[in-house]
Amino acid sequence: MEQNIKVIQTGELLSHAVSLNHEGYRLVAISATAKEGIELTYSFDKEYDFINLRLEIDADTEVDSISPLYSYAFLYENEIKELFGAKIRNITLDFNNQLYRIPIETPFAKKEEKA
Amino acid sequence: MSERTVIPFGPQHPVLPEPIHLDLVLEDETVVEAIPQIGYIHRGLEKLVEKKDFQQYTYVAERICGICSFMHGMGYCMSIESIMDVKIPDRADYLRTIWAELSRMHSHLLWLGLLADAFGFESLFMHSWRLRERVLDIFEETTGGRVIFSVCDIGGVRKDISSETLKKINESMDIIEKELTELTAVFFKDSSVKYRTKGVGVLSKQLAHDLGAVGPMAKASGLPFDMRTQGYAAYKYLKFEPIIDTDGDSYARTTVRIKEIFQSIDLIRQAISLIPEGEIKTKVVGNPNGEYFTRVEQPRGEVIYYAKANGTKFLDRVRVRTPTFANVPALLETLKGCSLADVPILILTIDPCISCTER
Amino acid sequence: MAILNMSKTLFKSLFHGPYTTLYPLKEKDKYERTRGKIEIDMPQCIYCGMCQRRCPTGAIQVDKASVSWGIDRLKCIQCGYCSEVCPKKCLSMDNHYTTPSYGESKDKFTNA
Repeated sequence: MEQNIKVIQTGELLSHAVSLNHEGYRLVAISATAKEGIELTYSFDKEYDFINLRLEIDADTEVDSISPLYSYAFLYENEIKELFGAKIRNITLDFNNQLYRIPIETPFAKKEEKA
Repeated sequence: MSERTVIPFGPQHPVLPEPIHLDLVLEDETVVEAIPQIGYIHRGLEKLVEKKDFQQYTYVAERICGICSFMHGMGYCMSIESIMDVKIPDRADYLRTIWAELSRMHSHLLWLGLLADAFGFESLFMHSWRLRERVLDIFEETTGGRVIFSVCDIGGVRKDISSETLKKINESMDIIEKELTELTAVFFKDSSVKYRTKGVGVLSKQLAHDLGAVGPMAKASGLPFDMRTQGYAAYKYLKFEPIIDTDGDSYARTTVRIKEIFQSIDLIRQAISLIPEGEIKTKVVGNPNGEYFTRVEQPRGEVIYYAKANGTKFLDRVRVRTPTFANVPALLETLKGCSLADVPILILTIDPCISCTER
Repeated sequence: MAILNMSKTLFKSLFHGPYTTLYPLKEKDKYERTRGKIEIDMPQCIYCGMCQRRCPTGAIQVDKASVSWGIDRLKCIQCGYCSEVCPKKCLSMDNHYTTPSYGESKDKFTNA
């Protein structure tokens, strides 16, 4: 399957999401990978045409939620917020890190190596 | 406006095999809003990939869920194979397809039983599961496990099925098809089944599209999304059309799943008649480096496997977007406006797999 | 209205009798490939520790000094990965399950 990954800047996310939404693309997943900062990948699909938007942020950057556009993004965004500690603002239904209610804070985030 | 009540549903409920909690906001008997609460079985399996090497993780991936176990293993192996650019032998592709379709049958039969149980049709429940037992026996004979197969491996499969056993599977398919026709006639015709499912929880085509529904949930609303049409494994050699229905209610979701079982029987027969002789495994050397998104059609819908490797034997990240996770918003939407007594049926019709959802 | 669709199936099973087996008295037939438990052919073992390193759950302990090989039966997930990587092919999958136990279930084999 073709892999189509497009790197975008933090501020461009919403405008990209608006145009994809307009073209009828569905959001299929938001994935996060912890490295130096957090790497967010927004995956969209339209009739099996698979597009990924890649966003690289550090722990302090705030990202706009796309849940006003894609209402069901709230689950993915709450998950990433809770597990990775990414700062996502304006989620329509914000669980305030209480989706999974894990006792450890941001368990999936990269931890400082103990010397 | 009448008074609003909040009723907690779950985490323990007779209809739920796994724990999920919903806060149901009710006006009299009608649900106006549902707020989900998960996290009862979050095990952090995605994080475990940093501790187990990429070959050991095959066994972890299989254990994400007990029902779609094989397809989790297959999705993971396919991602790693794509990253490492490994071409697996044709026979392995066919064997994977056969096991995947058998898994679909066993998952849907399990679900039919659970649905019958949810509306109190106990004997239908027992007979669905009796039929499922035949599929499980095929699994035990060919892989050694009844639920967890441990048979998919990076580069192919670990066990071959002999031509005699394939013939036996073909014969079992005839028996299962006969018994299934008899049993599913009850689902299709019986008035008590129709009474509980017809017109309950209608999800329109537009909503199914806008809420990102997948699998039978989307197909029952008329969206023909089926990843198998993209031709992974041996599906490119087999002839089939995604099964759709247009009603979008619980009855449509039931019929879609029943028809999918018959479709699986047909796909298995096709695969058995076409399977080539040859190797079942390509030797894999070195460590993966790169990233890949794999999309596989599970019984519950499309699953997305994302693997990111860094050239060592430990992967950076494995992310699994499971079908239930995508279907939860659609569930919350269908719950709005339904009566409290229909909530268990509606939750069941998305075929929830909470272990998958939380990983 | 369609009722009594189920009656044909129900009458059949009435005459057929139970489809289940009376478990503790009669055991279900095992298949040749049934993954029951890992067995070891001790004299063959060279204590290379390959099985211990590859085991996904860390159920196997190999000790070269005391020439012993041990397995925690309850940790083992019967994946069969150890028997696949064993260079001497002395590990094999037996098709009988381990007997149920209350506490720990560890087996240790030593070469005299």
